[in-house]
Amino acid sequence: MAALRCFLRSGKPAMEVTVRDALNQAMDEELERDDRVFLLGEEVAQYDGAYKVSRGLWKKYGDKRIIDTPITEMGFAGIAVGSAMAGLRPICEFMTFNFSMQAIDQVINSAAKTYYMSAGLQSVPIVFRGPNGASAGVAAQHSQCFAAWYGHCPGLKVVSPWNSEDARGLLKSAIRDDNPVVFLENELMYGVPFELSEEAQSKDFTVPIGKAKIERQGNHITLVSHSRMVGHCLDAAAVLAKEGIECEVINLRTIRPMDIETIEASVIKTNHLVTVEGGWPQFGVGAEICARIMEGPAFNYLDAPAVRVTGVDIPMPYAKILEDHSVPQIKDIMFSVKKTLNV
Amino acid sequence: MPTHHQGSPGQPSCEVKLPQRQENAPRLTEASAVPGPQLAGARAVVAARTYADFTQQATFDIKKCDVHKLEEGPPLTSTLTREDGLKYYRTMQTMRRMELKADQLYKQKIIRGFCHLYDGQEACAVGIEAGINLTDHLITAYRAHGYTLTRGGTVREIMAELTGRRGGIAKGKGGSMHMYAKNFYGGNGIVGAQGQIFETYNMASLWKLPCIFICENNKYGMGTSVERAAASTDYYKRGDFIPGLRVDGMDVLCVKEATKFAADFCRSGKGPILMELQTYRYHGHSMSDPGVSYRTREEIQEVRSKSDPISMLKDRMLNNNMASVEELKEIDIEVRKEIEDAAQFATTDPEPPLEDLCNHIFYNEPPMDVRGTNPWSKLKSMS
Repeated sequence: MAALRCFLRSGKPAMEVTVRDALNQAMDEELERDDRVFLLGEEVAQYDGAYKVSRGLWKKYGDKRIIDTPITEMGFAGIAVGSAMAGLRPICEFMTFNFSMQAIDQVINSAAKTYYMSAGLQSVPIVFRGPNGASAGVAAQHSQCFAAWYGHCPGLKVVSPWNSEDARGLLKSAIRDDNPVVFLENELMYGVPFELSEEAQSKDFTVPIGKAKIERQGNHITLVSHSRMVGHCLDAAAVLAKEGIECEVINLRTIRPMDIETIEASVIKTNHLVTVEGGWPQFGVGAEICARIMEGPAFNYLDAPAVRVTGVDIPMPYAKILEDHSVPQIKDIMFSVKKTLNV
Repeated sequence: MPTHHQGSPGQPSCEVKLPQRQENAPRLTEASAVPGPQLAGARAVVAARTYADFTQQATFDIKKCDVHKLEEGPPLTSTLTREDGLKYYRTMQTMRRMELKADQLYKQKIIRGFCHLYDGQEACAVGIEAGINLTDHLITAYRAHGYTLTRGGTVREIMAELTGRRGGIAKGKGGSMHMYAKNFYGGNGIVGAQGQIFETYNMASLWKLPCIFICENNKYGMGTSVERAAASTDYYKRGDFIPGLRVDGMDVLCVKEATKFAADFCRSGKGPILMELQTYRYHGHSMSDPGVSYRTREEIQEVRSKSDPISMLKDRMLNNNMASVEELKEIDIEVRKEIEDAAQFATTDPEPPLEDLCNHIFYNEPPMDVRGTNPWSKLKSMS
């Protein structure tokens, strides 16, 4: 890892970095930049992180900056929020966001609402981060996507990176943001390498929260997605391109505040919309996008109803064949695109 | 071969002493004398040993339990019948082999996701079940395979659940952490919640609920030792106003006596009680944890050689002529066969049918439609 960092500092051209390493480097740089930043959570220190995202940080920064907690989410989330109120800048890791349900009152009632309730007196500069959504074979209690639940709440910023550039830039922004940020990672993306441009490797590289990115230009239909599903959309787009269908793929990057303007501009151009998410359909990210499109200028440009591709509306089953059929596949995206385009 | 204890049910049993060869001890009959070496030697010896040759019952000293807010604790001795001894041995060995087979299948990627193995802790599940009835209710966390077995699940059903097949105890839909049986409420993946346990202690005590709270203290919470996670590691005292016992969780008899004591306590209307079982897991926290970054291999080896629950029971039974080496070997062979057969089933049974994908959302409801991955996909859901 040290060798990799020397590489980056010397400003070499684009290099391959996994999402895990991008997150690790982002935290490392922010810990170095600001003394008030610290990381707490289960197994983050001596174990190097349950998913090794915080590897090497405890060795470098010690007990005061990288803190192992007992298995007690409500407790340590509360402690983290309190420390943020008192002037520190905690990164509170949930081993997965499923465990955040044990602490959700602290995230919502103690973190998200406080600046409002205090009429601007008390801010809460905290980042809650960890893997979100489906993994592989971890069954019902460990596979839920929390984008919609957290995205529902005013006072919270909710961010969902896809690739290494997203992960790095958005985490740095989240840590520097003076507001509570829920940072939804994805376990299956941790090991995936992506090219990081020279610019993206710089220590002050940040990706703005609240701005979507067009990953692929296209004229026929708009695909909007977040996190791992962005990759699925790009894969579907590549196959569809062979059939003459050009998809515009938008990477939301931020769930809340949502960049609806980028989506609207795209829909005005393509006249068709399919949203893609891993989470459940009811009251989900796609549902919100569709509602806002209907309420805004883009509605009049739709040539077909906007459609959502989502996880199946069931708890996540364990058996592989069932699990595979519980999450959107590339073929589901392609099917929905074609139905929407009536081809 | 001298028989030392001639106890039988109803007769007072005597203190355990190492068997001494007695000159005028009754001799075995000619028919059951140990035959000379021959091809089927081992088998012949087993056949030759009759029921009456073994000690039917013996009493063993067990470790004293530390107590909290109790005048007295469980008894300091435990009487074990040969029949029960063989039963506990078989169950613990089955549990051990089943977990080791799961380890194998996981490494072959036939089991996926999370897999938290129970080997080392067998005396807990078996001892607890020995102290309660199947009509009592039990719930546990994710390290649940052992309890699924003692609560009535078969090895086949458990293994097929781990491999995600339709013959699994939850039809392949639950997986390792979500196995259920009658009066067994799983198998739960989300744990920790130290605050919640205190809320539960409060209400259980307030309302005198007949509840035994059991802490399997295996010294580590995932990769963090108890010293680094708990201000007080005297978990049996953490119930505060709830009485507690600290029990040797590697000794199935100690666990059994403590559980019986605790169950009697609850059933007599005195309210809840807490049991801390001091135990150890040989594997890491889960199959993704090698288990040696936060503890030494020497520590694991030491527990294995000095405190293994199956060895402890085996030694007791052999040293007191309650079973023969061959008999126990025979059980080992049968267990091995049962596990192989179960693994065979678990790897060949088909996966659940796709028609089952959306079933079991609601109980006692008419069939309904469930949205699939896109609006044109309407899937059927039956109760």
